[in-house]
Amino acid sequence: MPTSRKLGRGVAMVGAGMSRFGAFAGKNSRDLFVEAFKEIKKSVDKELDPSLIETLYIGNFSSDQFEHQAHIAPLLADAVGLLPRPATRVEDACASGGVALRQGVMAIASGLYDVVLVGGAEKMTALNTAAVTEALATAADVPYEIPAGFTFPGFYAAMASAYMHRYGMKSKHLMNVAIKNHDNAALNPNAQFGMTIQNWMEGRIASAVKKGKPKPTWSTIWDFLHDESGNPTVAWPLRLFDCSPITDGAAAILLVAEERAHEFTDHPIHIIGSGQASDSALHGRPGLTTIPAAKIAASQAYEMAGVTRDDIRIAEVHDCFTIAEVIASEDLGFFAPGEGFKAAEDGMTARNGAKPINTSGGLKAKGHPVGASGVAQAVEVWKQMRGQAEARQVEMDIPLALTHNVGATGSTCVVHVYERRN
Amino acid sequence: MSEETTTVRPFTSAAFDQFIAEHKLMASRCIKCGESYVPPRAICPKCHSEEMEWVETSGKGKLAAFTVIYSGPTFMVEQGFDRKNPYVSGIVELEEGARMSARITGVDPTKPNEIKIDSPMTVDFVEFGEGDEKKTYLAFRMV
Repeated sequence: MPTSRKLGRGVAMVGAGMSRFGAFAGKNSRDLFVEAFKEIKKSVDKELDPSLIETLYIGNFSSDQFEHQAHIAPLLADAVGLLPRPATRVEDACASGGVALRQGVMAIASGLYDVVLVGGAEKMTALNTAAVTEALATAADVPYEIPAGFTFPGFYAAMASAYMHRYGMKSKHLMNVAIKNHDNAALNPNAQFGMTIQNWMEGRIASAVKKGKPKPTWSTIWDFLHDESGNPTVAWPLRLFDCSPITDGAAAILLVAEERAHEFTDHPIHIIGSGQASDSALHGRPGLTTIPAAKIAASQAYEMAGVTRDDIRIAEVHDCFTIAEVIASEDLGFFAPGEGFKAAEDGMTARNGAKPINTSGGLKAKGHPVGASGVAQAVEVWKQMRGQAEARQVEMDIPLALTHNVGATGSTCVVHVYERRN
Repeated sequence: MSEETTTVRPFTSAAFDQFIAEHKLMASRCIKCGESYVPPRAICPKCHSEEMEWVETSGKGKLAAFTVIYSGPTFMVEQGFDRKNPYVSGIVELEEGARMSARITGVDPTKPNEIKIDSPMTVDFVEFGEGDEKKTYLAFRMV
């Protein structure tokens, strides 16, 4: 296995922006990327001259299936006026955005480019839920996993079953992750679900009353979350509120060679660690309560950055399902194996906890436009590290942060470490 | 099917599926280092040898993980599964050590708490459709 190496030269993030995440009829991935690009321009402290951008890397899982449009990278470059610059689509399932970011880092570190736009975009809601589920399932090992009837909620549910068996977790423990991520998303104006689960439950009760239907008897969110009519089982033990939604959205960040960062801002965020690993289909792994590629990617990123897990103040992790956040918090070394669900229950991963995770609301509540998610994680880190996260800003100082982006059940994982130096 | 014709088949998913249609769960075994693989591999990831052979597995194993799926893909819906009639998918660890995704039979999907990980399982084959349309799926039945 290749050992961790150093970047050929330093890389800094000098701008970051995202579209709103949600379901937007009449907007395709190109329209959403234009919105993200406008936001990135606003985010650059010293005015951005777009003609300085030399190349684009675009994370996108499956515009082919979702909007019957392949080859979107040059179309997105054209839409934001960046022709004839090379534009490359990067696909590694749900890790497409994080891997696009890594391509951008490597392009600068190699010396080939000084100014790189990394984007991610996915338009998912043009298809119905069944069609989206099938499109996502193509990220699995199709000939060997799909005939078993597996869906993506099913894969993560199977991991949850193994975790529950090994560590004694109950499905109710996973709900703490959903509650926390909705609490965070309620403070994020770009989130698909800008509401707490309490808000959600009250909305459901009000809607039933308005329609003259029997009034649900939920008095607390726990009643709601345990009730099959409020929170139906999707793939046991996972219920609806354990799953990230189907989302339209785009995100973009601007990376530059470190020595040129001052042209764009006096407060850059340096990307000092990058790691990536691959793995087999889920059934090919010796254990199902951890994602080995995440551990490898994290150790590479920590080693390159010269930091340890304890130095990381906040992390945006790939919570496509609640169990995925629990496992991520262990794979990254924040908590011991079997302790992640307890940490979530104890509030350690809340915004005011010792190790805040997914202050943005995560994939769970901010939304999960697949190819954009890995880039949107970097957007949140940018805002939190620079004190620009408004109502959801964590109180502690954040000199170091991390993003963790997973493709499929962990066949790809990519981890980045970010540093603020002033 | 003679031993000879089974061993000369290529190490592809189509060949694996053909064996499944014949109700055989086959592994590919490295002639050099002896490691066997389900799903099959044409190149041994352990020793990088390209000399492989097909061998039939014992078909016995234990349940490693499972889920009860209430919202399945179209082909499962066509087979009669839906929210009112969920099904179980899982991962089974064979005696030989390999693990495989499969449908899980012989359990009550409405009582997931009674489905125990590590339970002994034996290979099973589920068929759907008639004639040329017939498709055979790998399953494991709880013993």
